[in-house]
Amino acid sequence: MDGRPLPQADNVSEPFWSAAAEGKVLYQECPACGHRQFYPRAMCTNCAADPEWREASGRGTVHTFTVIRQNWASPFADELPYVVAMVELAEGVNMMTNITDCDPDTVHIGMAVEAYTVKVEDGLGVIFWRPTR
Amino acid sequence: MADRTPVIAGIALSDYPVAPELDSIQHHVQAMQRALDDSGVKKAEIDGYMCAGGGMGRESAVDMAEYLQINHRYIDSTMTGGSTFEFYAQHAASAIKDGLCDTILVTYGSNMLSAMGRMLGTRGFLTEGQRVPGPLQYEAPYGNVLIGAYAMAAQRHMHEYGTTSEQLAEIAVAVRGHAKLNPNAMYRDPITVEDVLASRMIADPLHKLDCCVISDGGGAVIMTTAERARDLKKPPVYILGAGGSQTHWNIGQMPDFTRTSAALAGREAFGRAGVTPADIDTIQFYDSFTITVLLLLEDLGFCAKGEGGAFVENGRLQLGGELPLNTDGGGLSSCHPGMRGIFLLIEAVRQLRGEGGEAQVPDAKLALACGSGGWLSCMGAVVLGSEAP
Repeated sequence: MDGRPLPQADNVSEPFWSAAAEGKVLYQECPACGHRQFYPRAMCTNCAADPEWREASGRGTVHTFTVIRQNWASPFADELPYVVAMVELAEGVNMMTNITDCDPDTVHIGMAVEAYTVKVEDGLGVIFWRPTR
Repeated sequence: MADRTPVIAGIALSDYPVAPELDSIQHHVQAMQRALDDSGVKKAEIDGYMCAGGGMGRESAVDMAEYLQINHRYIDSTMTGGSTFEFYAQHAASAIKDGLCDTILVTYGSNMLSAMGRMLGTRGFLTEGQRVPGPLQYEAPYGNVLIGAYAMAAQRHMHEYGTTSEQLAEIAVAVRGHAKLNPNAMYRDPITVEDVLASRMIADPLHKLDCCVISDGGGAVIMTTAERARDLKKPPVYILGAGGSQTHWNIGQMPDFTRTSAALAGREAFGRAGVTPADIDTIQFYDSFTITVLLLLEDLGFCAKGEGGAFVENGRLQLGGELPLNTDGGGLSSCHPGMRGIFLLIEAVRQLRGEGGEAQVPDAKLALACGSGGWLSCMGAVVLGSEAP
């Protein structure tokens, strides 16, 4: 990647980042109560049971977003303007991301987007979203 | 029996908005010295201490207690970001009432501007190539900045309720009008809605003038019993009710981008005080960004959800209006060294003492201070009054 800060995987998140390295987006669902959640945790935030992994469809919509026009930090300073968004996955959980592959000024709430991943190394991929083709 | 009703007996600010000669600890010290002087409390009387740290995370609360040599029997190092000090008022009210201690000192200080420049909002806390552990690992790669978090809330509010940039700008205009009356405020030239809209876009839809300043500064508050306050220099200001609440910490976990937990903190504070929003004479709200104030107004019940935009129009928040906001010039125009919550309590007390000078709200008897900490994460509300409950 281009020098951006990256996740440091831990016991719970390792399967998530490994899956992303293989092009998959995971979320968690609770076998006891059915609650779906992101980010991954060692327990269900609703009922405290052990959650299970599910693979997401990779489809979602923009829930809210902003166009970042000032950021002094490298490498982002060289990428301005760019979109930071919360995407609501078809499965109902929200995920922060960048919306790429489009003019930032065309991004809007409700816009249909699809996930793609960029492999950084074995065990680590980063998930981005772009307008549905 | 001694009257253990909790009161604020002393307040002070350290030098602001630009004080390059002071480091963070010196802001704490100067504010403490001035608050002791303001109240008439002797340093040796302090038996409770509340502090979120020295400055920029270097010194802990216990480091600061050592440095100031506070021999406390009650300490609180709760850290909820900018709302920390409203949480302290909640905790202190209970500790004082219960007799866990008698006289609590709160200090805060930061040389944010002199030490770091204007980097808080659009520099971020992460460094290039850093591997980020914990909950923030899920946001680390995307280059969000502090302003971006609030911008996403504003964007969603506009989408759901039709709130406009012009309406958000009204908040910045009102606060700037009050900064004009504060000789120490960072920016004092009057601005218009058009000026806000014409200022540079930082993170859509927030313009530069929708954002607070970055400054140096600090403050101290001394809380004690109504009994002790009888012999002190200034009339006591009563802590009538306080509440604190949290929905999330990192912005990606905000459950609803148009609602904060201030609804819960406010219900608690108003309920304990036995008053309603309609009774409040002045509000001192965390104005990190214009949207912060608008969300707090709705969530605290000054207007219905979605009606904040219309509510702030027509000068309602200006002196002379129905609900004067941030009469010291706020974070938007006067002073924001990183955690502004203590200044909300201080300005509320100043108003309730009638020490507001040109910015005095006539006959102010009830004030609401509401802090917002983190990324619209932790909300603390405090109802303060000039008359005993």
